[in-house]
Amino acid sequence: MSDTVLILGATSAIARATAAAFAAKGNDLYLAARDKDELERTAADLQIRYGVKVSYGLFDAEAIETHEPFFQDVVQEMHGISGVVLAFGFLGDQLAARDFKTGAKIIANNFTGAASFLSICANYFEPLQFGFIIGITSVAGDRGRQSNYVYGAAKGALSLFLQGLRNRLFSSGVRVITVKPGFVDTAMTFGMPGLFLVASPEYVGNRIVGALNKSSDIIYLPWFWRYIMLIIKHIPEFIFKRMKL
Amino acid sequence: MATLIKPVSGWGRYPVQSCEIERPERYADLKPSSPTLIARGQGRSYGDAALNENGHVILTERVNRLLLLDVENGILRAESGVTLDEVLNAIVPKGWFLPVTPGTKHVSLGGCVAADVHGKNHHHDGSFGNHVLSIELIKADGSRIECSPENHSDIFWATVGGMGLTGIIGEVTIKLIHIHSSQMMVRHYKTPNLEQIFKLLENPTADDSYTVAWIDSLVSGRELGRGVVMCGHHANDDELPFRIENRYNIKKRHAISIPFNFPAFTLNSFSIRKFNAFYYSHEGKKTSPYLTDYDPYFYPLDGLNNWNRMYGKQGFLQYQCVIPDKTSFEGIKAILETLTNSRHPSFLAVLKRLGAESKGMLSFTMTGYTLALDLPIRDQGIFPLLNRLDQIVMQHGGRVYLAKDARLSPESFHTMYPRYEEWLNVKTLIDPENRFRSSLSQRLKIGETA
Ligand SMILES: Cc1cc2nc3c(=O)[nH]c(=O)nc-3n(C[C@H](O)[C@H](O)[C@H](O)COP(=O)(O)OP(=O)(O)OC[C@H]3O[C@@H](n4cnc5c(N)ncnc54)[C@H](O)[C@@H]3O)c2cc1C
Repeated sequence: MSDTVLILGATSAIARATAAAFAAKGNDLYLAARDKDELERTAADLQIRYGVKVSYGLFDAEAIETHEPFFQDVVQEMHGISGVVLAFGFLGDQLAARDFKTGAKIIANNFTGAASFLSICANYFEPLQFGFIIGITSVAGDRGRQSNYVYGAAKGALSLFLQGLRNRLFSSGVRVITVKPGFVDTAMTFGMPGLFLVASPEYVGNRIVGALNKSSDIIYLPWFWRYIMLIIKHIPEFIFKRMKL
Repeated sequence: MATLIKPVSGWGRYPVQSCEIERPERYADLKPSSPTLIARGQGRSYGDAALNENGHVILTERVNRLLLLDVENGILRAESGVTLDEVLNAIVPKGWFLPVTPGTKHVSLGGCVAADVHGKNHHHDGSFGNHVLSIELIKADGSRIECSPENHSDIFWATVGGMGLTGIIGEVTIKLIHIHSSQMMVRHYKTPNLEQIFKLLENPTADDSYTVAWIDSLVSGRELGRGVVMCGHHANDDELPFRIENRYNIKKRHAISIPFNFPAFTLNSFSIRKFNAFYYSHEGKKTSPYLTDYDPYFYPLDGLNNWNRMYGKQGFLQYQCVIPDKTSFEGIKAILETLTNSRHPSFLAVLKRLGAESKGMLSFTMTGYTLALDLPIRDQGIFPLLNRLDQIVMQHGGRVYLAKDARLSPESFHTMYPRYEEWLNVKTLIDPENRFRSSLSQRLKIGETA
């Protein structure tokens, strides 16, 4: 069986670092995203640095009717795959998202698109009784806040979806891991005021790959976000609603 | 694109200026997006070359992919933000090496082209630009142009050594050199004074692929300019112990970090004198050839992260000049004398023979000798002292290195760089509004039409 990892949304900083960490372990890669030029560059880079085979193809999370044929093509080209990392996401403009036309796009990308693709992956791995699915959601999905609740809701829904998949696939030996990054030093956070404890994409990428050797199902990155979110989740609603978060 | 306004500095930590920083992650986003801008790689230039006070600075660090490695012919193409460290990790295991490297591997490929850097092999192989096959330059109007010594050669030689002022270097193709192992064969010569050092550096039997002299800058009189001449080359097949199975192994070095600024009193003439005396005898002992990994050989200081903090909060200046062959001995001697007679000890002094002048219009190198000094800024007295050194350099027909400068005057710059007008013609052609500017270019009035 091929040892290829399929990475969706492969041109983001976190995805690139995760791809590098897999390549450093010797995994072949299939990179998927919307930007052909970026895919080509990143694929060449990983191939030169790590000597693994790297293929790539165009993928649009929101075009869900394309997901099934795309997945079949990848499986055929790579002679099967051993794992999937779902790294795409779309923060969008949170003020504009108050108009649901924009909000719907955020949901279509972060949740509907993800759920569509993960369903196909789950149906592929389940009968094989092996493989892994790693879904990158966000700490923003742990509690709705005025500053980004549309994005948060979509990521929160994705977290729940992954939880359900984990429950379903456990008996067939397929690992499902939910990754919840806090602040990571990416294009999304660059220049944001008041950020603290920002993790590098390399740190996050290595931890994501490292999680496969550990038993945790849900990982917060860096780890202390688990405790930050624990506190935030437990603030009573009557107080929380008054807070400017 | 989101920007971040914060105080930044070069490696010398002087000056510190507030700049608006952009950090593109996609190649297509590496483009002029603001009225005035300058590219910045790893910020390892010492002064203000990669700063743009109250203007934009474009970080290339995330545009760092290796695009092509031809292991048959030793050709590498990569995005300009990639560091030499990353390049070496990819090429050394395949039996290739950089044709020219500066004294730290934490610099970007773009920074090496823009400063047309030189290494310890300059007297044989010239500067970095000599080994660049082509570059993609992103111009002020956003268009991209492929240039090389054959194609748009004027733009090419204005960009090599052009300190980022002709545009953003997007991709770089270089010719690599073949090596037989990751090991260096090294040998030192302890040398009692400056005359002897010059003799040794001119002596072809002592010479090697990489040759450089460390000088004890605190002794004066008869011992003025005593030092250690250090020679080395990539080990040949017959110099390798036969047990070397994996000859291209790269040993990972773990760098130690300097956690805080050293207090001012730690670096004074007493401690530097002690250190230099120790170094002179210790390194001077290595007179028989020995093998060592390329990493500690080329990049001794990379073993200490943030070593620039050792110079304290005020930062430090690096003064690097070149004096042409005919007048070099007199010039270097005058500089060392002026320095030892001042209250400003230099922590490090390195002397190197340079070969043929670079074709870069604003490149630093010319045939002669270059001296580099590290000078902590303990008080303002350092500035008039360096102005005096500028005078000596100009009297002897030399120049100061822009990649290390933070304080030269526009008048001195124009005297030192005679091809400036030629460069300006190219600059005005491809950047008519003078959008590519840095704090360095504004200080030295580079790019301004009079
Ligand atoms: C410890 C140490 C040892 C050194 N030894 C040597 C040596 O032996 N020989 C030598 O020649 N130099 C040496 N240097 C200097 C260093 O090699 C140069 O300053 C080099 O330019 C730094 O590269 P960088 O990526 O950090 O560039 P930066 O400092 O970020 O920028 C330097 C210049 O390059 C321009 N630039 C950077 N990237 C681009 C790009 N993509 N497009 C256009 N312009 C760009 C900037 O605008 C700026 O003008 C040394 C520096 C240190 C700290």
